[in-house]
Amino acid sequence: MASDNVAPYLKIVDVTKKFGDFTALQGISLEVFEKEFVCFLGPSGCGKTTLLRAVAGLDIQTSGQIFQKGRDISALPPSERDFGIVFQSYALFPNLTVRANVAYGLENQKVAKPKIEQRVTELLDLVGLPDQGTKYPAQLSGGQQQRVALARALATEPGLLLLDEPLSALDAKVRAHLRHEIKELQHQIGVTTIMVTHDQEEALTMADRIVVMNNGVIEQVGTPLEIYSQPASPFVADFIGTTNFIDAKLVTPTSARVGNTDLSLSASPPGIAEGTEVTLCIRPEDVLTGSRADGAPNQMTLPIHHVEFLGSFHRLHTDPVGGGAGLMIDVSVARAREIDISVGGSIRVALPAEHMNVYTAQR
Amino acid sequence: MSDAAATTAPIVKPKISRDDWIMRIAMMLIAVYLLVGIAFPLYALLAKSFQNADGQFVGLANYITYLTTPALSWSIGNSFKVTLIATVIVMFIAFIYAYALTRSCMPAKSLFKGIALVPILMPSLLPAISLVFFFGNQGIIKEWLFGAELYGPIGIVMGEVFYVFPHVMTIMLISMSLSDARLYEASEVLGASKIKTFFTVTLPSMRYGLVSAFFVAFTLIITDFGVPKVVGGQYNVLATDVYKQVVGRHDFQMGAVVSMALLIPAAFAFIADRIVQRKQVALLSARAVPFQPKPNPMFDRIMLAFCSLVGFIILSVLAMAAFSSVVKFWPYNLSLTTKHYNFQLMDGGGWDSYFNSIELAAWTAVFGTAIVFFGAFLVEKSRGFQHGRTAMQALCMVPMAVPGLVLGLAYVFFFNHPDNPLGFLYHTMPILVICTITHFYTVAHLSAVTALKQMDPEFEAVSQSLKAPFYKTFWRVTVPVCTPAVLDISMYLFVNAMTTVSAVVFLYSSDTTLASVAVLNMDDAGDQSPAAAMGMMIVCTAAGVRLLHMILTRGIQSRTQAWRKR
Ligand SMILES: Nc1ncnc2c1ncn2[C@@H]1O[C@H](COP(=O)(O)OP(=O)(O)OP(=O)(O)O)[C@@H](O)[C@H]1O
Ligand SMILES: [Mg+2]
Repeated sequence: MASDNVAPYLKIVDVTKKFGDFTALQGISLEVFEKEFVCFLGPSGCGKTTLLRAVAGLDIQTSGQIFQKGRDISALPPSERDFGIVFQSYALFPNLTVRANVAYGLENQKVAKPKIEQRVTELLDLVGLPDQGTKYPAQLSGGQQQRVALARALATEPGLLLLDEPLSALDAKVRAHLRHEIKELQHQIGVTTIMVTHDQEEALTMADRIVVMNNGVIEQVGTPLEIYSQPASPFVADFIGTTNFIDAKLVTPTSARVGNTDLSLSASPPGIAEGTEVTLCIRPEDVLTGSRADGAPNQMTLPIHHVEFLGSFHRLHTDPVGGGAGLMIDVSVARAREIDISVGGSIRVALPAEHMNVYTAQR
Repeated sequence: MSDAAATTAPIVKPKISRDDWIMRIAMMLIAVYLLVGIAFPLYALLAKSFQNADGQFVGLANYITYLTTPALSWSIGNSFKVTLIATVIVMFIAFIYAYALTRSCMPAKSLFKGIALVPILMPSLLPAISLVFFFGNQGIIKEWLFGAELYGPIGIVMGEVFYVFPHVMTIMLISMSLSDARLYEASEVLGASKIKTFFTVTLPSMRYGLVSAFFVAFTLIITDFGVPKVVGGQYNVLATDVYKQVVGRHDFQMGAVVSMALLIPAAFAFIADRIVQRKQVALLSARAVPFQPKPNPMFDRIMLAFCSLVGFIILSVLAMAAFSSVVKFWPYNLSLTTKHYNFQLMDGGGWDSYFNSIELAAWTAVFGTAIVFFGAFLVEKSRGFQHGRTAMQALCMVPMAVPGLVLGLAYVFFFNHPDNPLGFLYHTMPILVICTITHFYTVAHLSAVTALKQMDPEFEAVSQSLKAPFYKTFWRVTVPVCTPAVLDISMYLFVNAMTTVSAVVFLYSSDTTLASVAVLNMDDAGDQSPAAAMGMMIVCTAAGVRLLHMILTRGIQSRTQAWRKR
């Protein structure tokens, strides 16, 4: 989506937010394109909500600029910006019916009454609640309330939809269902959307692009696949999915020494000098086992300590490669029938160079 | 220099929206109200205490006179003595009473809860008058004092214990119901005895409640004027001294000095209480499992006996006031009559004063609720303007630290000053309304804040994103959701405006006499029975308003239960 010749819909330039001495956001720059669905993902307290509220104008940044459709909105109050918002709590007005809640924003636009009624009906249809209009929010289930909040935010046809952990108050089943629905809806009406979440699965399934944040800075921006397969830092690798960390020392740009074995690498990122301590990351499912390991480089045999059964695959915990933590290896149930994975035995594995990412060791 | 400037990005200066402007201006207006209602008068009072009768600055001369004249400074010691004694006694009784209500399985708990609140409906003059009928020179059971004199410390202590009992009991009740049942279970599992559990679990868990109750009782008693006025006799306390200096001797400077002597301990107690309350709130946020008492026939019976005794005393004090207001000539002719209700014949303004009181209470309830609630909304929900909001918050807390008598006297100095353009308010109904709203501002403000804090903090954010002006959301959402709290506040203001004496005693005029002041003046003139009769009118009105409040609240609750949870 991020193409070079299209002007971004939302442009965030060097935004910093301080609460007293505490820096919640540090030099955030980001571009969001029209009709894009972007997720802010990161651990609790990393500043996702703070960034979202800065975009909304609810807590204006200390310094830096924000442009929407080329207009500088950096200092504008929320009432002068163009967005709809859904909060984690939904913040539905409890004493107003579902219809009145959805109509609330339209009334301020001086739309004629019959027009409002028509639009509200349309919106309730859109979110799949055509018969619930006369109820009060307290009489609805969590998932239904969530949809009402969405309808209310979309009623005034905002150019930008902001969602702050909209699904986190719901139970797992409803959540999975609504994920899909929200994504569909967004696609259908084509509204540019930013969603905050700390649930990686949510981000991976819903987002066109993910913004991974940590400690007030952006760690990586990319499509879900990019983020998963080429994490820009050990933090991202660790935060998204599961990964093995292997301590090593770079010998040449394409090989690293672990303990007393040398592992070959496809290519280490430029700028890391030979002799530097590095961290190698490889995902448990990328470790080759059994017949697939035959003939592959970076082979070794490791004793198995412990086996976890996780439904569609087994996760083996083995001795570490060299020093450090033990290795995790995922073996699909089908493959497990071919090889012996009993605790106490050993397993022959290979670490494919193309799936090993190299980072400067952080300590 | 220029390098440093280049590396730090410019600070974004948020644009202030129309809503923000309106809210700030509204907040300023309420701040002006509070400045005029409390800050300026207090300043006038303080200034007065440093002046001589001609208005010249004399430094600490008045204070030195005060402290070196034993006849004057005597009341400081007296005040502290009776206050501390009464505080300890009332805490002891209220503790057991609250303990019985929360930790025993005795019957009729809600009845006892109700009885404990009866004293709130009375101006503090009334129980004191009742005491006179019990223990005074012609009291029916005066020999129960073994020859001791009611008028003086004994009478003051008895009256004050009665007057502050509901306040102290309520604080203890809340503090006890907050304690966590899991601690008791743990203690039981560990085999601790009942007594040990009491000292290791019960007492520590309510330490904040106890300290808070102590300070509240202390402040209420030391600043109370009604009880010592009626049964204080020659025993001077600070509150009666202020009154005597001003009304009796027209020595306004000395009145101001004694007021300061009264203000300082009250303010200290208030600040201490705020600090403690903040800690209790922190304790409250942890999710506790409420304690469920188990039946224990022996213990339950003892508790029932205790509560019955206390309840009986409370009701007899009320009954005595009622009875004495309808007998012909105490204690010689006990046949019934309504002649004492014929107030036209008495000092104190007659029936007019009763209707003036109703008028005062009604205006106070209407305007007070509007100002307090809107003010609390602005402080809680406006954006930015941090310093202004903090200052406003502090200003809202000041009235609670100021005793009524001090406030009233401060108004005299401020509004009666020849240069004050607001002087036209002096001796009118509006000044009484302003004074009464201010006097009870803090408690009302705190209830409003509590109610507002329970609302979703994002309502305002959502409303801004929907481009709705804040007043629309205030009117369509905030007020309806907070209606029960709004009703509570207006009832609180109404009942207090009916019963208060201390602040208004310096401010009424012959056109604006008030029922509570009439009680005082009739008692002063020796007409105890009519005074009791007027007191009963106040009690009945306050009780009626409470009843009305209860019916209204029930009605609203059932009409809106569709959207109120549970
Ligand atoms: N009003 C405030 N005053 C002071 N610090 C704040 C304020 N709001 C947020 N912070 C701090 O800023 C940091 C980022 O907060 P933020 O709410 O953006 O986190 P988040 O990424 O949304 O986390 P979560 O997943 O828990 O919602 C936190 O450390 C938080 O304590
Ligand atoms: Mg958040």
